[in-house]
Amino acid sequence: MPPTENTPTTASASSHPAIEFKDVEKSFGPTTVLKDLNFTVAPGERVTLIGPSGSGKTTILRLVMTLEELTGGYIFVDGQPLTHEDRGGKRVELPKKRTREMTTRIGMVFQQFNLFPNMTVLENIIEAPVHVLGKSKVEATKEAKELLERVGLADKADAHPTRLSGGQQQRVAIARALAMNPEILLLDEVTSALDPELVGDVLGVLRDIAETTDITMLLVTHEMQFARDVSHRVMMFDGGQVLEEGPPDQIFNNPQHERTRKFLSSVL
Amino acid sequence: MWNWEFAAEALPILLRGFVNTLIATVVGTVIAAILGLILAVAIRGLPRWINWLVRLIVAFIRNTPLVVQLLFVYYAFSDIPGLVDVPALVIGFIVIGIHYSTYMSESYRSGIDAVPPGQFEAATALSLPPVRTFTAIVLPQALRATIPSLGNYAVAMFKDTPFLFAISVVELVTAAKEFGGSTFAYTEAFTLAGIIFLAASYPTSLLIQRLDRRLATY
Repeated sequence: MPPTENTPTTASASSHPAIEFKDVEKSFGPTTVLKDLNFTVAPGERVTLIGPSGSGKTTILRLVMTLEELTGGYIFVDGQPLTHEDRGGKRVELPKKRTREMTTRIGMVFQQFNLFPNMTVLENIIEAPVHVLGKSKVEATKEAKELLERVGLADKADAHPTRLSGGQQQRVAIARALAMNPEILLLDEVTSALDPELVGDVLGVLRDIAETTDITMLLVTHEMQFARDVSHRVMMFDGGQVLEEGPPDQIFNNPQHERTRKFLSSVL
Repeated sequence: MWNWEFAAEALPILLRGFVNTLIATVVGTVIAAILGLILAVAIRGLPRWINWLVRLIVAFIRNTPLVVQLLFVYYAFSDIPGLVDVPALVIGFIVIGIHYSTYMSESYRSGIDAVPPGQFEAATALSLPPVRTFTAIVLPQALRATIPSLGNYAVAMFKDTPFLFAISVVELVTAAKEFGGSTFAYTEAFTLAGIIFLAASYPTSLLIQRLDRRLATY
């Protein structure tokens, strides 16, 4: 399913970028992972981050999901500050509650699935719609069952996650993220922990979501064919900087940087 | 040597004492389980100096004998007007409960620490508020790891109840001692006391083992 254009096809009512990184800096103790990072992701755009391990790709996703503390700069979601804002030249941290309101618009799927083992599949999916969005249990259950149908696991609603294969768990995790109707979906190496024969099912579900929704996606993956098929744009990271970026055809077929060429030949 | 008549005579007296043993154990366990959880969780959010003070008290309780704590509270509080009439048994289960809460809090804490970081991350990704994250995700998972060890502490507490003799609660062992004192049938009294203890705690231990195995997997 190659995108027909290199720009997102869906026009958004909002004039703001879905995600904006402004002078972002992230360090873990003395180690600086990201420095002066600036980029935007348009609404409905699907962007794949590639690059060698340690280049900061996953950190970028984790910053957007507020799983890591932003040590410098700002992240905006739909034009609104996520964790910090500039008040008259002073960088001020937003109240946790405000940040949590912002993150309801963002969903994330993890490499290790991270389903809640003490809940059934259905309970995993309706947990946040009920307790964060305030939906009724009946409504949330109805939507959850539709989502399970969509990811091909309609018969597993009452199963416990530990009884499922990795691929099934990951599809539940995708359904759980979608149940929040996110504007932005972050996918962090979602097939890396799966047996090769299970990767296809999960990618199939993601392709379906890419085709049928206008959710903005930011993904880190080693599945280059998948990245090529679904992304509007590929960003090559190295040492916490954007080395080069462009439409998948350009990056994969005609990379400008030697470093990108080397990286691609090592993973393709 | 063994006199069946004395044994038959001793049994109802011992069982009456055993009722106090059971009350002290059950109520003590409930107090310890609740207070232990509060200690493990609540102090995380408290100001540093209160946190420090609580730790000091916990260290003090753990490092002094239970019997000293019982005697201290029993005599210290008997001076306070209005508290004079608190039954010794009540003081007993409160002190035992507080004593064991300092151990149970450690079990809770290690249970909570054992919840994988990915669970907290998933909760953040779903924007769940902290209280909901704790009650719906962290605590249920932590309890699976914690409950067997809470059970073991309950059994240990059960075996510590004879210390209540120090504050004149007639529990099982004191009942046996008193019966022995009046009839000189110490052998019968203490043998029966031992059997009653065994009959109660051994099945409980087995139950805890089974629970442990069942809780090990989802």
